[in-house]
Amino acid sequence: MLKTFLPPEFKVQIDHERCRHCKRCLQQCSFGALKFNDRVIPEHRLCVACHRCATFCPEQAIEIIPYPLAFKRSPHWTVTHRKNAYKQAETGGVLLTAMGNDLDYPIFWDSMVLDACQVTNPSIDPLREPMELRTYLGRKPDKIQLEATKDGKLKSKTKFPPQIKLETPIIFGPMSYGAVSLNVHKALVMAATEAGTVMNTGEGGLHKELYSYGDHVIVQCASGRFGVHADYLNAGVAVEIKIGQGAKPGIGGHLPGEKIGAEISKTRMIPIGSDAISPAPHHDIYSIEDLRQLIYALKEATGYKPVSVKIAAVHNVASIASGIVRAGADILYLDGFRGGTGAAPTVIRNHIGIPIELALAAVDDRLRQEGIRNRASIIAAGGIRSSADAAKAIALGADAVAIGTAALVALGCRVCQMCYTGKCAWGICTHKPELVPRLDPVEGAERLTNLLRAWSLEIKEILGSLGVNAIESFRGSRERLRGIGLDAQTLDILGIKPAGR
Amino acid sequence: MNHNWEKEISGCGLSGIISRARKFIPAEDIIKTIRIQHDRGNGLGGGFAGYGIYPNYKDYYALHIMYMNEGSKERAEQFIKDNYIVVLDERIPHRATAHITSHPLLWRYFVKPSSTRPDMEFETLQEDDFVVRTVMKINSEIEGAYIFSSGKNMGAFKGVGFPEDIAEFFMLEQYEAYIWTAHNRFPTNTPGWWGGAHPFTLLDWSIVHNGEISSYGINKRYLEMFGYQCTLLTDTEVVAYLLDLLIRKHGLSYKVACLVLASPFWKDIDRAEPGEQEALRQLRAVYGPALLNGPFAILFANSDGLIGLNDRIKLRPLVAATHHDRVYIASEESAIREVCQRPDRVWCPKAGEPVIALLEREAEETLPVEIDIQKPQFA
Repeated sequence: MLKTFLPPEFKVQIDHERCRHCKRCLQQCSFGALKFNDRVIPEHRLCVACHRCATFCPEQAIEIIPYPLAFKRSPHWTVTHRKNAYKQAETGGVLLTAMGNDLDYPIFWDSMVLDACQVTNPSIDPLREPMELRTYLGRKPDKIQLEATKDGKLKSKTKFPPQIKLETPIIFGPMSYGAVSLNVHKALVMAATEAGTVMNTGEGGLHKELYSYGDHVIVQCASGRFGVHADYLNAGVAVEIKIGQGAKPGIGGHLPGEKIGAEISKTRMIPIGSDAISPAPHHDIYSIEDLRQLIYALKEATGYKPVSVKIAAVHNVASIASGIVRAGADILYLDGFRGGTGAAPTVIRNHIGIPIELALAAVDDRLRQEGIRNRASIIAAGGIRSSADAAKAIALGADAVAIGTAALVALGCRVCQMCYTGKCAWGICTHKPELVPRLDPVEGAERLTNLLRAWSLEIKEILGSLGVNAIESFRGSRERLRGIGLDAQTLDILGIKPAGR
Repeated sequence: MNHNWEKEISGCGLSGIISRARKFIPAEDIIKTIRIQHDRGNGLGGGFAGYGIYPNYKDYYALHIMYMNEGSKERAEQFIKDNYIVVLDERIPHRATAHITSHPLLWRYFVKPSSTRPDMEFETLQEDDFVVRTVMKINSEIEGAYIFSSGKNMGAFKGVGFPEDIAEFFMLEQYEAYIWTAHNRFPTNTPGWWGGAHPFTLLDWSIVHNGEISSYGINKRYLEMFGYQCTLLTDTEVVAYLLDLLIRKHGLSYKVACLVLASPFWKDIDRAEPGEQEALRQLRAVYGPALLNGPFAILFANSDGLIGLNDRIKLRPLVAATHHDRVYIASEESAIREVCQRPDRVWCPKAGEPVIALLEREAEETLPVEIDIQKPQFA
């Protein structure tokens, strides 16, 4: 009997005319898809299309193509459905995957377009005029009281809640040390520091080496409480309570024991080799009033630093968000169903949750209707691919966006969705000693800084074309968005007009 | 017309005169300043606001209402009768002229909120708040009825036409005021609607505006959080409501309100001394959604005085001058010279730097440092 009915997904073609037998591809492939016996011999079945071999082949002798095996066409019985059934028939297990939902749901970013000035108001050249992206995250009072000092200077009489200052409205979303390597964390904190923004630790704690970057770190406290202690909570500029994740709303996490080496063990405060299991709910949060207690416990523990609450975008996200803001959150982190993960059951990732565009619009609307929009900043995340997506999110009402996958792609990630295997050939999502050094943190930080810089410049160009010179004049300004090809109800939820109106 | 789907775009000319000593200024002066700016408009909107014009009714809100049909008048009047004591209601005086051939019904009411009005059963609103609510209610709920002026001892007169024709139509020569503002409009798309002309008013605030508020979308949504409904199809309306919110409701001074509407750049805030830096940082963090972005020159007046303000990179013209007790602010110096041959001083206010000219009674703010027009200023 055949070991598996499952056909390979990719085919690796070696151009033997060009190949000089340097075997670099064999060194680079962490999935064991290449062998050498007089010449390079691919094991197609093992290839994940991570492109590591092709990228490093000095002769450009490697081609990776979809495995050319025709299936009888059926729009209903897609090839994916058939393959999944083979896999499960062979293993009896839950299908695992990683990164964001890859099904063909509508992407509303691509159905929204931005405005620009023509004649009646001048556009502004960001290369010649100030163009301001600075953003403060945190609770804002309804109003402030000012007084004039004797020498005529203004002075505030308001006790102002603490704020996180961002020089660009883009932050790095939570990716835990454990899911990603320490070098990724290093690259993220260095880039966040350089760009004047913040990174988020994710749920695996913060390595001691990185505490000195605390001014640019949001520390996360998730259901597993990994690495949570007093110094950790005070190490960053804010604490985030992770309730849910866009890629796997309602379920927890499982970092297998084989990934828990000495450093991760120390950082997460769990024994070497033990599985790190994050429960689905926080077992001290079974209700909104419980959340309020944890929010205030964390505020007490940190001298009232801002507390962020991260939730996955689900059906009733607007009223949940309202409750979270009323429970005392200073920042609301919304993660849409395209959000990434290091590992999730495929069925959960692909079928649970709602798009961030709709969730963001609904939440921003609801908080405004209730007159509490100023009480919390909104971070939108879950599939932000470009500065255009970021700008549209801000126009819909986000204070800032968070990027995870985009940052990993900047580090080389090919979105091959094999994070959960721990074999990442790019040294991102792995702890194998031979793979981790592939990502140089300094070089990685430079790539991330470049990405932030490029997106920020592009957002400035967008603002200039819109004739505004401050991000706050664009934030929530849905008047500057139009929908293309969207139905009336979707337009209504997004709060935008159709193009042409 | 669905106010959610329409937005006006316009360019314009404007002028304002104040006698800080409260000496009455004849309407002829303000008409001259705006007539000479004829080419800044296209005949699709003109208007005036005068302060001190109703001394005999100075304790009553003067509601100026335009009705597109008799039915809307009946409905609005029913609401007014149920909620207000009306001491006088009359047609706003106007005459047929060669250039203004069709117009809505124009009516004015001198009123005071009644102490037995129905809403008292379930909440206690200040009189000003009740009048604001009345304006919002009638303008958004009674199709065809628009309150275009609602202050005490002041009034707006506006319509579709060149401002000099509007002045003739409203028989403006019969009024005297110690503050006048005027507006000549150049809308690029217009339903030819009288409500769309400037000034825009709320209580005793009146606004004339040249420019396009590129931040309109968020300004409007910010105001909606506080119960303001933007119904007049134009971005200028948000300025009136923002001033009402910042100054009347949140108690900010005129100068601070101007720091909100045309906020300093972060680079300048970062250079301020620490105490003031923190105040400015807080102000911008809280009131960012109220920043007016895009090109504008605005005059706003109330029963305290007249304020002129430019956007923070000065994308529209604004010139100011003083002569004895009078302060003039206009889009063009020619407008000022038309009625004041030899001003004491003429200057171009810097980007984002307000000209605050208050009536003598309670001058909490003085004129800011004045800039000689000879010296070019770079913001």
